[in-house]
Amino acid sequence: MKYLQLVWASLARKKTRTLLTAGSILIAFLMFGLLSALEKAFTAGVDIAGVDRLVTIHKVSLIQLLPRAYYNRIRAIEGVREVTHATWFGGYYKEPKNFIPTFPVDAETYLKIYPEYEMPPEQRTAFMEDRTGAAIGHVLADRYGWQVGDRVPIRSEIFRQADGSDTWEVTVRAIYRPKDDQGDPTAFMMHYDFFNESLPDGARDTAGWYVIQVEDPDRSAEVAQAIDDRFANSAAETKTSTEKAFAAGFAKQVGDIGAIVTAIVTAVFFTMLLVTANTMGQSVRERTNELAVLKTLGFTNTSVTVLVLLEALAITLVGGVIGLGLAWFIIFAGGDALRQFLPVFYLPWQDIAAGGALMLAFGLIAGALPAGQALRLRIADALRRGG
Amino acid sequence: MSESLVQVRGLTKIYKRGSERLTVLDNLDLDVARGDFVALMGPSGSGKTTLLNLIGGIDRPDSGSVQVGDRSIDQLSDRALAHWRSAHVGFVFQMFNLLPVLSAERNVELPLLLTGMSGSERRRRARTALSLVGLEDRASHKPAQLSGGQEQRVGIARAIVTDPELLLCDEPTGDLDRKSGDEILELLVALNESQGKTIIMVTHDPHAAERAKRTVHLDKGRLSMEAAA
Ligand SMILES: Nc1ncnc2c1ncn2[C@@H]1O[C@H](COP(=O)(O)OP(=O)(O)O)[C@@H](O)[C@H]1O
Ligand SMILES: [Mg+2]
Repeated sequence: MKYLQLVWASLARKKTRTLLTAGSILIAFLMFGLLSALEKAFTAGVDIAGVDRLVTIHKVSLIQLLPRAYYNRIRAIEGVREVTHATWFGGYYKEPKNFIPTFPVDAETYLKIYPEYEMPPEQRTAFMEDRTGAAIGHVLADRYGWQVGDRVPIRSEIFRQADGSDTWEVTVRAIYRPKDDQGDPTAFMMHYDFFNESLPDGARDTAGWYVIQVEDPDRSAEVAQAIDDRFANSAAETKTSTEKAFAAGFAKQVGDIGAIVTAIVTAVFFTMLLVTANTMGQSVRERTNELAVLKTLGFTNTSVTVLVLLEALAITLVGGVIGLGLAWFIIFAGGDALRQFLPVFYLPWQDIAAGGALMLAFGLIAGALPAGQALRLRIADALRRGG
Repeated sequence: MSESLVQVRGLTKIYKRGSERLTVLDNLDLDVARGDFVALMGPSGSGKTTLLNLIGGIDRPDSGSVQVGDRSIDQLSDRALAHWRSAHVGFVFQMFNLLPVLSAERNVELPLLLTGMSGSERRRRARTALSLVGLEDRASHKPAQLSGGQEQRVGIARAIVTDPELLLCDEPTGDLDRKSGDEILELLVALNESQGKTIIMVTHDPHAAERAKRTVHLDKGRLSMEAAA
């Protein structure tokens, strides 16, 4: 540790250059952190999707609705254990900017198929018994300060009631919390029957998509095929896939975020690597004389090499830790506003660990070349050159 | 005369520049007794620095041997040689070669980082060395804040802080004005006389060489002796 003062002194030698380099590393890791969280936000659904659940949508697109009558027909297919359905409501509270992921669902079967939405039993009963009741995620409840018993006028961008109103008055009856944080903590579930009955005549009895729980996950492909076959050549053909594939397809709609993130991060890191390696190279070239003096005083080739590597590591670690810390802080403190659109928005610890590993790796790579020069530096030659 | 500290035998150093071979040191012998103060003179390019580097173990000969104390340093590995240097030789350079970012005290402390000493012990020794060269009040100054003469005194403090027996000085006054140069020579004489340091000093300056106990001349790869006045 007594070498640290030397490392520090070398870094302080050209303060501006060191700060600029550390600054560029900081920006790189800030981007890395933010983009990692963003990627997580878009792919979270894919990760948490159940393996034994299938999703059936309209063959044309997710926006097209399916007849509600499919419920019983799907149920009758062999290998299906349970069926439920949900509909995209396009909900918001007061103003469109207060977007609320609202779903009219068949509550009984929905909660059976999604046991991860945990709520106190008495709240669950209250929700089931109130036609105009709603069950909402705890994060959503916190955001709007909603409590059990509150009446919420929820508006739709898509649907109109028979009387032309776009507002459904519901009462919060239950607040759920996804088990082990696996699931969307911001959903707003209302009863399908209440929703359906208020629609104008011609608009009733449809559902956005069906979720099917299969008896045997190993046979989900067969069951999916059987469902699609059942509705082939009908007015509303279906497309059934695993929930995972469904969620992935959903993520695809907003672009292949993962690939974009990877491309950006790679480009940023590559640039950063060049900047750091260049700084270190310059710093070592300017100090050939000093390094030769250290060797003269008895510092071994190894210790001089380590010194240069430590310098590179110090720059990447200081820049990287601050950058990643800043990303974490922004996500943690400023993420509330974003969480409205991205229910799952946090910096996964795996990415923090990967960031740490990247800092170490980049420090070592950036320092490798100059460290090699320092290692091979011959004292007599270097002193002669340095004057 | 006391036993010799430095024994150079058959030392040869050849530099190759392209196809050209330049024999800088040619089968050279030299003995330096413990407690001696030798001035090494010779024309520019005659190989004085090369010889000093070989004695101090920062360069390797093509043939011949260098023995310092009981060590044949030409036999040591790079690593062992580095350890040996840290404990047994002090180097003083013409251009001082202080680390510009470190204070005088930190510069002097540098060689002690290689020992197992505690921080406070290192600090204490660095202070002692600085006071030996009369610079205890400049401990926290950076090299740029010191005069050339003061910088060289810091350089000498750094060379003696590990208490080596042998000091190798390559034109230590070459970059200084007469007055500062004289002070440095004074200091070297004192180190030789009161601390018993053995000193080999390269110099161009006959006036400087006079302060040594004896002078050797290097020319065309060979040494010739003369007694100092
Ligand atoms: N690495 C080297 N390669 C080639 N020639 C060198 C090298 N180092 C020194 N020389 C040559 O060796 C000769 C002796 O150099 P040096 O020992 O520095 O002399 P002095 O210190 O007496 O001026 C000079 O001619 C110098 O140019
Ligand atoms: Mg010379």
